[in-house]
Amino acid sequence: MTRETALVTADWVEEHLDDPKVVLVEVDEDTTAYDSGHIRGAIKLDWTTDLQDQVRRDFVNKPQLESLLSEKGIGNDDTVVLYGGNNNWFAAYAYWYLKLYGHQDVKLLDGGRKKWELDGRELTDEPTKRESTSYTAQEQDHSIRAFRDEVVSAIGAKNLIDVRSPDEFAGRLMAPAHLPQEQAQRAGHIPTAGNVPWSKAANDDGTFKSDDELRTLYTAAGVDESRDTIAYCRIGERSSHTWFVLHELLGLANVKNYDGSWTEYGSLVGVPIALGDEPGEVSA
Amino acid sequence: MCGATRGGLSLDGVDVAKEAVVQGVVLRDGEPVSPAYVRLLDRSGEFTAEVPTSATGHFRFFAKNGEWTLRALAPRSEPVDRRIVAAIGEVTEIEITV
Repeated sequence: MTRETALVTADWVEEHLDDPKVVLVEVDEDTTAYDSGHIRGAIKLDWTTDLQDQVRRDFVNKPQLESLLSEKGIGNDDTVVLYGGNNNWFAAYAYWYLKLYGHQDVKLLDGGRKKWELDGRELTDEPTKRESTSYTAQEQDHSIRAFRDEVVSAIGAKNLIDVRSPDEFAGRLMAPAHLPQEQAQRAGHIPTAGNVPWSKAANDDGTFKSDDELRTLYTAAGVDESRDTIAYCRIGERSSHTWFVLHELLGLANVKNYDGSWTEYGSLVGVPIALGDEPGEVSA
Repeated sequence: MCGATRGGLSLDGVDVAKEAVVQGVVLRDGEPVSPAYVRLLDRSGEFTAEVPTSATGHFRFFAKNGEWTLRALAPRSEPVDRRIVAAIGEVTEIEITV
């Protein structure tokens, strides 16, 4: 993947508003944002209800996803263009999620909802109705999803990138600063992980920085392109954004998103944790 | 804690004693601005969080003790920065005019 295949501009979206093979999908952290206004023709995916199993902590399974996408009117050969707020944070998560289940043609609207709004482009509260389809998903592609045991064994062996804010990385905050801070698990980060806050990959208006700027950013943080890479954050959404940058924009091979992330790792019994601003040692 | 603070968002359900709340409203010509976006930058200028303003132009963060910068982004405006100091147990109310 490259920038040309993985990203579209707001102008491109405006030109394709009436293209039946292009499905606009809004995915926001604030799941009510869509209801107050969305790009014309866009449908909504709710990351808390549509994409998460409602009993155990995991994603919906393949038949559940097939039924969801069929009901939403997404076909296997449709071009899915995702957008959302907060630099496409949750839209990037949905991008990774659709790739995990094998959707071929997925793109992000560069800048997402924020740039669209800051540009003063039109939003509507008209409901969108698409004809239902018969969607067939693939088995999960675990070459892009990391699980906890692999993460523990990656300490000192693979590139680990903690994409949370510096204060979360160091253990001074437990969650992003727009969320209440009370949490049960321990603070800190996985030893040897570099801290490259996900937001460094985006400009203020939410668009992605240039490939050269991005490559410099991760190289400076010690990312060795010859090693496999695992990105994590608190619940796996911000790290999807970084996964998108590394795997889809810069084309690095073997990049995984650890969706268990800090809420899982920081609750595991007996695993090593590093505190403070430095990556820490293997034996921390 | 219950009830709304003066002119601000309701703090119902927020344990103010344990949080360093930073909240306020984005205004243009005295009127709330929505959509607008407010970013919270840490003492080194690093992005920490971002929220869209509510329909009434309001925003809220849960920070920690120390100095922060709020940056408001709104259509047809240059970004506006405001330095603030947050403290656990206090609600810092800010009006940002763009």
